[in-house]
Amino acid sequence: MLQPEAEWRAHLAEGRFMIQRSRSTGGHVFYPRIAEPGTGAEDLEWVEASGTGIVHAVTIVRKKDPADSYTVTLVDLAEGPRLMSRVDGVPVDDVRIGMAVKASIIQEGDRPMLVFVPA
Amino acid sequence: MSMGGDNSGGFPRGRAAIVGAATFGIGKCPGVSAVDMAARAALLALADAGIALSEVDALYTSAPYEALGGMELAEYLGLTPKVTDCNRTGGSAFEVYVQQAALALEAGLINCALIAYGSNPASNPPPGVGMTRQSPWEAPYKPLAPISSYALAASRHMHLYGTTREQLAEVAVAARQWAQLNPEAAVRDPLSIDDVLKARMVSDPLSVRDCCLFNDGAAAIIMVRADRAKDCAKAPIHVLGAAHAVTHREISSMPDLTVTGAAISGRQAFAQARVAPADIHVAMLYDAFTITPILFLEDLGFCPKGEGGRFVSGGHIAPGGGLALNTNGGGLSCVHPGMYGLFLLVEATRQLRGECEARQVRDARLAVAHGNGGVLSSEATVVLGTADTL
Repeated sequence: MLQPEAEWRAHLAEGRFMIQRSRSTGGHVFYPRIAEPGTGAEDLEWVEASGTGIVHAVTIVRKKDPADSYTVTLVDLAEGPRLMSRVDGVPVDDVRIGMAVKASIIQEGDRPMLVFVPA
Repeated sequence: MSMGGDNSGGFPRGRAAIVGAATFGIGKCPGVSAVDMAARAALLALADAGIALSEVDALYTSAPYEALGGMELAEYLGLTPKVTDCNRTGGSAFEVYVQQAALALEAGLINCALIAYGSNPASNPPPGVGMTRQSPWEAPYKPLAPISSYALAASRHMHLYGTTREQLAEVAVAARQWAQLNPEAAVRDPLSIDDVLKARMVSDPLSVRDCCLFNDGAAAIIMVRADRAKDCAKAPIHVLGAAHAVTHREISSMPDLTVTGAAISGRQAFAQARVAPADIHVAMLYDAFTITPILFLEDLGFCPKGEGGRFVSGGHIAPGGGLALNTNGGGLSCVHPGMYGLFLLVEATRQLRGECEARQVRDARLAVAHGNGGVLSSEATVVLGTADTL
């Protein structure tokens, strides 16, 4: 039995950003699940994401100390799916809708984490 | 998201009516529990209708902090409902209850529906952070729940349509001006566009003044069939249409950040009611954040997509403006105890009865109450009318 979240996290821990693709429809899926939304196709396989994407929407969570403020970003992957992430490597006020970004796997605390940086 | 298909049929237009409506404990309601408040609102609504508690045979309720909340109020009031529902579509649940109660009444399954809710998070904060679980796909990025999700939708709307922070602020200022005409509203001190713009930014582009209240409040309505409604204490307010759409749970899965399920539920509810947005005298559109009424004005058809910011400008939705919107002061300035949808229905009913005194909309005969749940996830639209709209 496919274990969507656990398998995704295991890939991430090994440094790979994986998404799913249906063999029959060719549609890409994220977040991982046991069937493709809309079609119900269960023939999902893991494929490595290209990692390229475009910022679709962005908000800055403002903290008392501006240095602690951070972005919450929706990124459209080149393969189609949209996901929530964070854009690092650039001041928060410079993250713009339409910006080209690429995936980066970082270590945050004791867990691997998927973020994006300017492409 | 499928936007196609005509599902206007199937709703018993006008054949069920709201005959009792009440609020209780708006603002601060210390020293009691949420179910005490819901029970008080229920009894006030029954008295308003002139209906005995023993006549209630259906209960629709959303207990705020109890996973099995469908049963608590039945026990408390000593009811044995034939139909009990406690749906979990957030603030939109109450508009969905109106739809479900109208259908159950029409089928003859029930004769008298009580829809009730109470919550006092300001006086009696719930243990823990609330009743929702965090998405494993979003929580690591620490969005503020739920404001960052609405902020993301607002960012997209501003990017595509040039909507401005000043236009968002117009929504908060209009709500406050309505609240100043409503003695029951919790927050009535003056508020200017500048106050909103200069308020502490929480999650761009939404400042603390772009956010709804989180205070205490309870409400209840009573629904019966139109034939029974004629014998009630007050003029019946008929349910002309009621429709619902769910498009996602989390904001990262919203099909289009600037088009909500209100585009589906609104079209269906207006088709059922056989009226158009231009016919509406009072619009009660869930204002969890200043962006939400802008989206719903567009999606329900009060203005074209992208024009919502311009629509609300220049005091157009304030008292004396072109469209009476959120006349109780809304979630922004009157009451928002976690799930606000029932208060929309009570205010619409009061307006159509002509009970609103200083804030009364003249000759109000048609109203829309639009509920929102989750993060623009669940959208439910109810069209209400006086007897002469049948």
